[in-house]
Amino acid sequence: MSGFRLAQGGLIDRGRPLRFRFEGRDYQGFAGDSLASALLANGVGVVGRSFKYHRPRGLLSAGVDEPNALMQLGEGAESEPNPPATMIELAEGLTARAVNCWPSLGFDLGALNGLFGRFLPAGFYYKTFMWPCWHLYEGLIRRVAGLGRAAQEPDPDRYDRSFGHCDVLVVGSGPAGLAAARAAAATGARVLLVEQDVSLGGSLLHDPARIDGQPGRQWVATVEAELRAAPEVEILTRTTAFGYFDHNGVALVQKFATSKPIRQRLWQIRAKQVVLATGALERPLVFPGNDRPGVMLAEAVRTYIGRYAVAPGRQLVLYTNNDVAYATLDAAQAAGITVAAIIDSRRTPPPARVEQARRLGIDLLAGGAVLATRGSPALNRALVRDGAGQQRWIEADILAMSGGRSPTVHLFSQSGGKLAWQERIAAFVPAQSVQAEASAGACAGRFGLAAALEDGHAQGVAAAERTGFTGAGGTAPVAEPLPDTAAIEPMWQVDAPGKAFVDFQSDVTTDDVVLSIQENFVSIEHLKRYTALGMATDQGKSSNVNALAMMAALTDRAIPDVGVTRFRPPYTPVALSAYAGEWRGELFRPVRRLALHRWHAAQGAVFEEYGGWLRPARYERTGEAGPAAEQREARAVRQAVGLFDGSPLGKIEVSGPDAATFLDRIYANAMSSLKIGRARYGLMLNELGVVSDDGVTARLAEDRFWLGTTGAGAGRIAAWLEEWLQCEWPQLRVLVAPVTTAWAVLTLSGPQARAVLAAAGTDIALGAAEFPHMTFRDGAVAGVPARIFRVSFTGEASYEINVATDAAETVWQALMVAGAAAGITPVGIDAWMLLRTEKGYLHIGGETDGTTRPDDIGWGHVLKREQDFVGRRSLTLPDAVRPDRPQFVGLEVVGSSAVLPVGAHLVKAPGAKISEGYVTSSGFSPVLGRGVALGMVNAGRSRLGEILEVATGGMTARVRITAPCAYDREGGRLHG
Amino acid sequence: MRTARRNRVHLWRESHLRRPDANAEWTEYLFFRKNPKGVSFERWVHALGCRQWFNLARDTVSHRVLAIYAMGEAPPAIARDAAP
Repeated sequence: MSGFRLAQGGLIDRGRPLRFRFEGRDYQGFAGDSLASALLANGVGVVGRSFKYHRPRGLLSAGVDEPNALMQLGEGAESEPNPPATMIELAEGLTARAVNCWPSLGFDLGALNGLFGRFLPAGFYYKTFMWPCWHLYEGLIRRVAGLGRAAQEPDPDRYDRSFGHCDVLVVGSGPAGLAAARAAAATGARVLLVEQDVSLGGSLLHDPARIDGQPGRQWVATVEAELRAAPEVEILTRTTAFGYFDHNGVALVQKFATSKPIRQRLWQIRAKQVVLATGALERPLVFPGNDRPGVMLAEAVRTYIGRYAVAPGRQLVLYTNNDVAYATLDAAQAAGITVAAIIDSRRTPPPARVEQARRLGIDLLAGGAVLATRGSPALNRALVRDGAGQQRWIEADILAMSGGRSPTVHLFSQSGGKLAWQERIAAFVPAQSVQAEASAGACAGRFGLAAALEDGHAQGVAAAERTGFTGAGGTAPVAEPLPDTAAIEPMWQVDAPGKAFVDFQSDVTTDDVVLSIQENFVSIEHLKRYTALGMATDQGKSSNVNALAMMAALTDRAIPDVGVTRFRPPYTPVALSAYAGEWRGELFRPVRRLALHRWHAAQGAVFEEYGGWLRPARYERTGEAGPAAEQREARAVRQAVGLFDGSPLGKIEVSGPDAATFLDRIYANAMSSLKIGRARYGLMLNELGVVSDDGVTARLAEDRFWLGTTGAGAGRIAAWLEEWLQCEWPQLRVLVAPVTTAWAVLTLSGPQARAVLAAAGTDIALGAAEFPHMTFRDGAVAGVPARIFRVSFTGEASYEINVATDAAETVWQALMVAGAAAGITPVGIDAWMLLRTEKGYLHIGGETDGTTRPDDIGWGHVLKREQDFVGRRSLTLPDAVRPDRPQFVGLEVVGSSAVLPVGAHLVKAPGAKISEGYVTSSGFSPVLGRGVALGMVNAGRSRLGEILEVATGGMTARVRITAPCAYDREGGRLHG
Repeated sequence: MRTARRNRVHLWRESHLRRPDANAEWTEYLFFRKNPKGVSFERWVHALGCRQWFNLARDTVSHRVLAIYAMGEAPPAIARDAAP
């Protein structure tokens, strides 16, 4: 095989040469080339190695179905694995390598696999590399049997997302698609035309034609100009419709000629009507040696000649079972390629074809076959057999083959439509639509230029009409008559010895198909999984129909009874970066920042994410380690006063005449008995009776409550309250207003808290009797309106000062100044959680999980309520009243100040295998000088004092089960 | 052209569930859901918008929306008849 550039013709710009590099060597092509055509023009015949046997491979096709020429395109962070060379637009400075070659394309060690090919049948890897463990072999096998490699660096390019709506979406811009878009546009409908190629035209780019008195390509240009001038038409080239979803949703990926400023854009289109004009793909013939470089699809040969002005070789043999491939003869002659013979598998080709061969002076072997090919690495001769059984070798460096055409029904099938086998053209065609779409032209099985134009026009008008545009669609374009080339006689497989490939990309031969049927994989889906036929980047575009026809013959079934494997999106591979779009890095899941974020950062805060918020875990002083900061902050709260930013705490205002009734049903404990000005801790359950959230609720007025939730539960609980109100109790007159982010919460905690608050200036009387624990007051702090709750998460006297978010910094600064003399210390989450662990306070999601019931955490008394509430019924289920349920307890290491690992399991005796419970929270208490821990232990409350052993977590220790609270059990400090 | 973001409306769960009187059926109510091939009556919420809950009848095969109706309304007979 020795391709070369033709002196004239084609759609390349000979005035714009482009330099590029393939496999480390420099070449030159022209603007308008694909990488494939440029390689062919430079005489590069071997463009890849096959997946399993590492056989040298050349170009099979010129388009999206190419299975062999997979490239590693570009280098470094922008490198892209596996695009076929046929779909790569040539660009100045482009670099590419063939995938799956090691150490090099020319000398590939893996080709040894080919010599041992008969030991590598279907399922070989499954059967052989199981013992003792697949992972032992995985690394090596992945290296020799892999495709391209993903870049190791983050993708530096930008990817974008767009949404579009149109009346008529036309997919494909061949003759049918152009006719459809033109007709629909003429009615005034909003039309979106998408084309995966760099330019419009489809087969008109390579096959000669005359339409409406113009040469085919000129007609394309005329229609394109018309469409571009139309106000309601948009054309997207380099854009693949890769998925058809419900409600006429079609996903597109648009690639740009350059990677800057945006490399690709993902579109979600909602179209009122879709016209699919996706054409058809030629099928290979299955004969021994059909994968040798130089064996090429007949239409690909015409494409390289007609569109790219490249002759793929000098001497050609045509092998076909149909009429359409005969067009290749004219193309070859025009390019000066000698045609050595036509092998037509039909015993009696139509008289017109016989006449055509005679006129061109070409030997026609009717009823013939190709039995073998030779040439290393590329084709130089083929062994053929004529209808009488005579065999001979014919010299040829190019074998153009055609097994017929398969309509590109992928999108139709994804839309939910049903396919039917059409005997006349030996292919599956759309039979029954489910969504608002219609197929036009070749993808509907209506082959031929005249049919495509007529059908495209009719479907364009009809689609527009269904969207309400009934205006004139113009007249259908008319093509000058071409010979009828629909005739085909199926020939699925040549019966001759040697490796005959069905799937080129997955290296599946006829023998593999036979073997898998022998092993009883007789469903087409099983054949696919067992042999990998139809998998990988081309998804069997060239192989599926041949495979299922073979299977039908071998299992004595009709082709439609075998059926097709499911067509799934994407039609062609889509980069993960395109799906991700701008949702990557920091934008992948944006975190919320506190109003005081900058202040915290300036004070050395180490931020961590809690429930979607970036919050200070601790404030590290210069030279101070994390644990030391935590201990210092915790000590400050016990000894003097700490200031904590609790702003993410959930806050929901619930108001209305029925607010109290509502909350009585929502909380496991009563809220209607709460007095105005007072606050109460409340527990919420879901319908399973599982603890879902907790917090402090205050009564602002007779008909107005303020619900506190956990920071993580703020959004979820507000939505949940709405669900109950709207879906279950619409008669209750209640409004729910989530106000979490409207308020900042600045919490003073410690023995000096009251003094600091007084010093900061407030009009609220702070005396212990006037403003006791579990009450709230409205007033002002440092001149700013504030609502202060006396609740505590630390066990010290605490003031949760709620102020408008935009006043947070003013009040925070005032408190820091007022507390300076008392040694006020900003406190992060680490110390805050340690303080509550000392006190044995529950943390939802820490101690509790998706199974925790109220009694497990000491709230069994809620069942004494007469009133029904959410979750109550589930509390009497057998599992909820098991006596051995895990219960909330404290844990104390015996005879040591060690800190228990969170998650460590506890057992009765060393070596015991049955867990009695586990550690949920743990830390070192600076005031107690030892570790403190909380946990869930089976029937724990009845086992206080019992000693258990730590069984996991990397330490051995004996622990005593205690009450949860380890510090200030009387609670005197709380009221301070 | 830029309009919808994903997750604007959420499917929550099967609609028209009745809480049984008999305790024996309570776990059935808690844990068992229909998974019909065909017409499904569901409870949806406009989560990133007005927070309105509503009922939606949908064909789970074609994903076609068959009816949208208010909470508290009975499922439309038309959709029920369309069930296979």
